[in-house]
Amino acid sequence: MKKENIKNSGSLLNWIDYRLPIISMLKHSAVDYPTPKNLNYWWNFGSLAGFFLLVQIITGIILSMHYTAHVDHAFSSIEHIMRNVNHGWLIRYVHMNGASFFFIVVYIHIFRGLYYGSYKAPRELLWWLGIIILLLMMATAFMGYVLPWGQMSFWGATVITNLFSAIPLIGESIVQWLWGGYSVDNPTLSRFYTLHFLLPFLIVGVVILHIVALHTHGSNNPLGIDRKGPQDSIPFHPYYTVKDFFGLGVALTIFFSVVFFAPDYLGHPDNYVPADPLKTPAHIVPEWYFLPFYAILRAIPDKLGGVIAMFSAIFVLFLLPWLDTSKVRSATFRPIYKILFWIFAIDAIILGWIGSKPAEGTYIIIGRLATSYYFLHFLILMPLLGYFEKTKPLPSSISKPVLAE
Amino acid sequence: MTINRKNKSKGRRNFIHQASGALGAIAVVSAGWPLVDQMNPSKDVEALSKIEVDLTELAEGKSKTVMWRGKPLFIKHRTNEEIVEANNVKIEDLPDPQTDKERVKNPKYLVLVGVCTHLGCVPASDKGEYKGWFCPCHGSHYDTSGRIRKGPAPTNLEIPPYVFTDDNTILVG
Ligand code: HEM
Ligand code: FES
Repeated sequence: MKKENIKNSGSLLNWIDYRLPIISMLKHSAVDYPTPKNLNYWWNFGSLAGFFLLVQIITGIILSMHYTAHVDHAFSSIEHIMRNVNHGWLIRYVHMNGASFFFIVVYIHIFRGLYYGSYKAPRELLWWLGIIILLLMMATAFMGYVLPWGQMSFWGATVITNLFSAIPLIGESIVQWLWGGYSVDNPTLSRFYTLHFLLPFLIVGVVILHIVALHTHGSNNPLGIDRKGPQDSIPFHPYYTVKDFFGLGVALTIFFSVVFFAPDYLGHPDNYVPADPLKTPAHIVPEWYFLPFYAILRAIPDKLGGVIAMFSAIFVLFLLPWLDTSKVRSATFRPIYKILFWIFAIDAIILGWIGSKPAEGTYIIIGRLATSYYFLHFLILMPLLGYFEKTKPLPSSISKPVLAE
Repeated sequence: MTINRKNKSKGRRNFIHQASGALGAIAVVSAGWPLVDQMNPSKDVEALSKIEVDLTELAEGKSKTVMWRGKPLFIKHRTNEEIVEANNVKIEDLPDPQTDKERVKNPKYLVLVGVCTHLGCVPASDKGEYKGWFCPCHGSHYDTSGRIRKGPAPTNLEIPPYVFTDDNTILVG
């Protein structure tokens, strides 16, 4: 009956939808999609992340029309983009800072999940897909940073690929396989370019799975309790489309303030010096979004140990749904976890700060303490808290506290 | 009788399944290997890996850096004090124990791959607590024999394969 109606209603969109249901699919997942009615602004960061992924792909494809992936031309092709290509400076600065903003947005998105317990059942796989996206982003951004072939590109690539040489026995062969030679050189640059082009499209694929998983059980919410019925939901459009667009406006204002007024603030001046394989800059640092992990790497005085600690810092996130033994999702009702969450956030910032400092004197000690706390938080405090914390009573439904206000 | 025959045909079927599975796995691995191996160093890169260095101009106390396999190679004409100092350490105290003799062909000339064994930065010469090399990246100190003394690097600076073709020329590679 219903199908018959659509078929006969005569509009072109209906004609298409009857044959290829993309319009009803979109309507189902972005218009009618029932969403908890109490989401706050921390729930904006998912759609913002999607937006910045799109920006990276569009600006990236444009850059690739002017960029040359060869050790003799890469650096000058970037200068060519900056000086000669029409609006090239704008497109490159958007791509450069877009990567930074993508990470800011995704880190906030992750911390939102940590605070509201969004990784707990039934959203464990949703959380896993998110961490996979983070890993793919890190690989993409790392290889992108190599492309301009400046001093930081070259030495960053050297240090990071050498991490694999810590693997016993086969490490050295793996590194030569990654390089396609005996050092970071032209074969390395050209394969990094291919992979830098490819990975964002894999990210798009994982993002689609992430959203399928999300829409299976719906969004978590600030109260962390399940919806009891239709009275707890509102349709995505217009309520959250409007809210997301407002957040996007704010984000774009900040983003373009940086792009226009401080485009190199987040970067490093040494990357405007062409790569020199004979001279390491006195103080090499990765991009800011890798600093906490870099601090963990350097906190361990042993090469293999440092590498293991650094990778564990991310892999421990995969275990979080089981390390957190508390039945209550939202930190709103977990008085002790709420404090630990903020201590952990500060710890992550301290690690970032230490990562930007030379590894000497008190910086080493602070770095080791902060690294220990990072793992203490996940491996000891989270499991124990579930048993000892006295949580506050949960409201009986989402509508209850909203109406009571 | 019938049961027996059934079992027999079952065994045959299993065998066929396993055999085709094994063949399939071999096919996938052998088809996959070229796709993986293409990333290893290519023939031309391998071919570029021998160089000759002339040492006549290298004065005592000076060092010289040349490129070998895309990496810096340090050649240091050591002073007598530096040689003595390199020989005056207790081998047991070293993180990667090696005598100075094992690391040179002619004690005057120390030939090293100038790549920090930690994560691959280029150490600066005549720096650090042991007056050899110092790596700025994560703070590794090497002595006048290029041996690791302090910091995160696990091993001594690598000695490339080389021979003296005459008193003043070495062939590296
Ligand atoms: C996940 C999405 C992406 C991220 C996080 C990312 C990140 C980066 C970063 C950090 C740089 C170095 C910027 C600099 O310092 O100059 C870069 C450069 C580059 N990227 Fe991307 N990128 C992404 C997607 C793409 C895509 C999809 C393409 C092409 C289809 C692309 C093409 C390029 C090119 C040609 C360069 C060299 C030009 C330059 O360095 O400005 N990127 N990327
Ligand atoms: S690369 Fe030399 S100390 Fe890390």
